[in-house]
Amino acid sequence: MIAAGPDSFLERAPLALRDWAVQLLPVPLQWLAHHVITIVAVLAVFGLFFAFTTIAERKLLARLQNRLGPNRTGLPWIKGLRLFGLSQPFADAVKAITKEDIVPAAADKILHFLAPVIVVGFSLMTFAVLPFGRQYLPVDLDAALLYFFAAGAATELAIFMAGWSSRNKYSLLAAMRALAQLISYELPLILSVVPVVLVTSTLSTKAIVIAQGTWSFGLLPHWFIFTPWGFAGFIIFLIAALAESNRSPFDLPEAESELVAGHLTEYSGFKYALFFMAEYFGLTALSGLGVTLFLGGWQAPCAFLQFIPSYAWFMMKLIGMIVFFIWVRGTLLRLRIDQLTRLSWQFLVPLALLNLGNAAFWVLTAQWAGPLQLVRWIVSAAIIVVPFILMGRSLTAGFAPRTYRYAP
Amino acid sequence: MLGSGILNGLLVTAKNFVGSYYDPRRMVTVEYPEQKTALPENYRNFPFLISESATDPMGTLRCVACQICEKECPPQCIIIEKSKDKKPDATGKLQLYPAVFGIDTSVCMSCQICVEVCPFDAIKMDQVFEVAATDRFQDLFLSREQLAKPNSYFHQIHPTDAAEVDGRLSAERKAAEEKAKAAAAAKAAAAAAKPAGAPPPVSSPAAAVKPPGPAPSTPGAPAA
Repeated sequence: MIAAGPDSFLERAPLALRDWAVQLLPVPLQWLAHHVITIVAVLAVFGLFFAFTTIAERKLLARLQNRLGPNRTGLPWIKGLRLFGLSQPFADAVKAITKEDIVPAAADKILHFLAPVIVVGFSLMTFAVLPFGRQYLPVDLDAALLYFFAAGAATELAIFMAGWSSRNKYSLLAAMRALAQLISYELPLILSVVPVVLVTSTLSTKAIVIAQGTWSFGLLPHWFIFTPWGFAGFIIFLIAALAESNRSPFDLPEAESELVAGHLTEYSGFKYALFFMAEYFGLTALSGLGVTLFLGGWQAPCAFLQFIPSYAWFMMKLIGMIVFFIWVRGTLLRLRIDQLTRLSWQFLVPLALLNLGNAAFWVLTAQWAGPLQLVRWIVSAAIIVVPFILMGRSLTAGFAPRTYRYAP
Repeated sequence: MLGSGILNGLLVTAKNFVGSYYDPRRMVTVEYPEQKTALPENYRNFPFLISESATDPMGTLRCVACQICEKECPPQCIIIEKSKDKKPDATGKLQLYPAVFGIDTSVCMSCQICVEVCPFDAIKMDQVFEVAATDRFQDLFLSREQLAKPNSYFHQIHPTDAAEVDGRLSAERKAAEEKAKAAAAAKAAAAAAKPAGAPPPVSSPAAAVKPPGPAPSTPGAPAA
């Protein structure tokens, strides 16, 4: 095979390009160039990824609702060329940049300006510890997961800054609601990740991906999603990630049809676009973390598929996650604030804690073999499925099915 | 089980997603400037003037410049100037016609009151909605020439209304014709009878007024 194995040409090509560009510069500047190129590459790739996520989201949502979606934007200097509307994000960007930037007279000017900068900055910082490929980890930290959640939680500060500095009651109240939501879901999000740390006994994202890099018979990948605790953890992670990134059905902070855009009320033009961008960066980063922790990161699903470069696998899984999030957005209805917090504190947090015990059981029974292996799987599945069913029943008792007196 | 509703919902939207590529009947929207949906018959906005003939719209306007619509129009967007001369209308009767008839569509609120007050069925509601213009003063003020549209167009956009109006108008014209004919016949008969020295027909209604039974002594005959 021409391009086989971890050291194939395609796998190494971007690195080789970077090294070539770095050695053109004088030696004292090389370390700087090395990092700048990495940062620019991440910004460029995920900037474009953000642009096409927005158009993909609009087109997918339209199809999920039997509509066509945006399909007209072509190129400005060629009439009649439509490109299926793929240049829509660039038209949107031009629009956002040229719009008037309105700052309320009573606003705290500095904080009002800083909030969108900080929210984008912190959501971009989380990309530093995501392993995009076998050799593509911008910063290899030992405590990468800790760093990821620290940077991710800092965006909540920016949201409150935005709400408070606008000097607007609605902004402030919405920012407080947003904080209530984000802090409520920070807990299940982190608790759903802890089992992975428990099993791999490391916080390094690189080591976590490598721990998932084996196959049974070369076909069945040993990704954590294919274990009972991993599957449960992944579902809890998905729900918490949806809430953390303010996406439907948890898009209360800026529920378009009900509130006046929440904490974004007093933002317009490019600053609004920055918040929008940060939201997508946050979603992409959380999806990337989900891929890294549960879906095997850059590992190929089968041993013989390793000839495809590792970064391509990562991006494919990332796109799969994003498409799933868009699918959920096109399907589910928005929750009420009380339902939202109830779901977190009464359902997700207890389940995530149980799942932690489940992972502990999995680690303790690592030596079981033969028929005991089957027992291990059944017990582990029961630990999470039985409470799920019992809690589901008790929580929904008296609610469903709903009857409508005056409707057929 | 908890969550089964979410899975069912995801299935529904997935079916929509796949089906929207294969089944055009699922699509709820059309690509507007190229494709248009049929407007409902009762859809209406800005009024237009009905002319009988498509070839000579200015000569066959139903409007007789009575100015009722101008006076009734709540936002006062209609401007009419009567003509100095008279022209024969569709029935051949001499009528005034509007020398100037203008509607300011930037003021018009499409309330249809002009249509309701018009005794001549001369003004009706149109169905145009692509009325964008580059000049908000000149281009939105519609003149007599721009407002006149043939009766066949009215049939096209409001078939039920147009059939009703046409039926009523033709019935009225027929009645008028018959009345004219009867009047002419009566005149002819009167002209024929006068030389014969018949008593004047004035006495006959007076006789009908008389109550039955013994008549009071007061004679009511010269009531005419």
